[in-house]
Amino acid sequence: MRYNNRLGAKGWVIGGNYSIERYLYILHRVSGLALIFYLMCHLILTSFRIAGAPTWEAAMAFVSGPFFKVGEFLVMCAGVYHAINGLRLIIIELGYCIGKPERQEYPYTPSIKKQRPLMYLLMLVVAALVAVSVVDFFIM
Amino acid sequence: MRESRLWFLFVLAGACMIVLLGAHLFVMHLETFMGYLGITIHEPLAYAEVMARAKSVSWLVIYMALLILALYHGLYGVRSVLLETINMKHHSTVTAVIVIVGLIAAVFGSYIVIQSYMMGGL
Repeated sequence: MRYNNRLGAKGWVIGGNYSIERYLYILHRVSGLALIFYLMCHLILTSFRIAGAPTWEAAMAFVSGPFFKVGEFLVMCAGVYHAINGLRLIIIELGYCIGKPERQEYPYTPSIKKQRPLMYLLMLVVAALVAVSVVDFFIM
Repeated sequence: MRESRLWFLFVLAGACMIVLLGAHLFVMHLETFMGYLGITIHEPLAYAEVMARAKSVSWLVIYMALLILALYHGLYGVRSVLLETINMKHHSTVTAVIVIVGLIAAVFGSYIVIQSYMMGGL
């Protein structure tokens, strides 16, 4: 019987290869879906500006509580992560930072490990940007 | 258009958004941090500031570009996720629904951006 490789949404978590990249992939998809949902809400909310200052102020007052503040911060984190991880995917897709092909003679480094330095570097960038956001959102 | 071309446009839109959306997020949310970089931003969400940005031609271009790029990239992504999940015989229906949602959002968003530009900073 042919192996059913159409795993659908289940494939996000049971598709094998439980390395760091698998979890980055899940997070990339979840953050992407969250961002497109946010974009639609954002389009509606920002449209209130054409109805004049009082309507705009009322709309801004509606989203000014701590719940929305935390929500905004999560959107910032999702945006930062999705952008930087997307940059990693583009760099790898273009064939950079993946090492050179070589004969697989023992002991050899698997290709996934050759991509790791770029991943660690970019995840540090994500952590730094999230840290800046924490300071700017909640402390300053 | 061939699927590979649509996918390439999706990646290209993502790459452009790293710059544009990055600038948008920094201006709207990290005003303290931008202050350290020497760029002063006062109350980016105050009505006067919002409308002042709306009447600027450069912001008009940035907002229109962001709208189109974000909708294309985002909805193509949603379509990819859905096509993996939904039975193959419904794929064209999914694509049609995504295109319709995208067109409605693009027309609505463009109307808001252009209308607030024409209100001339009021």
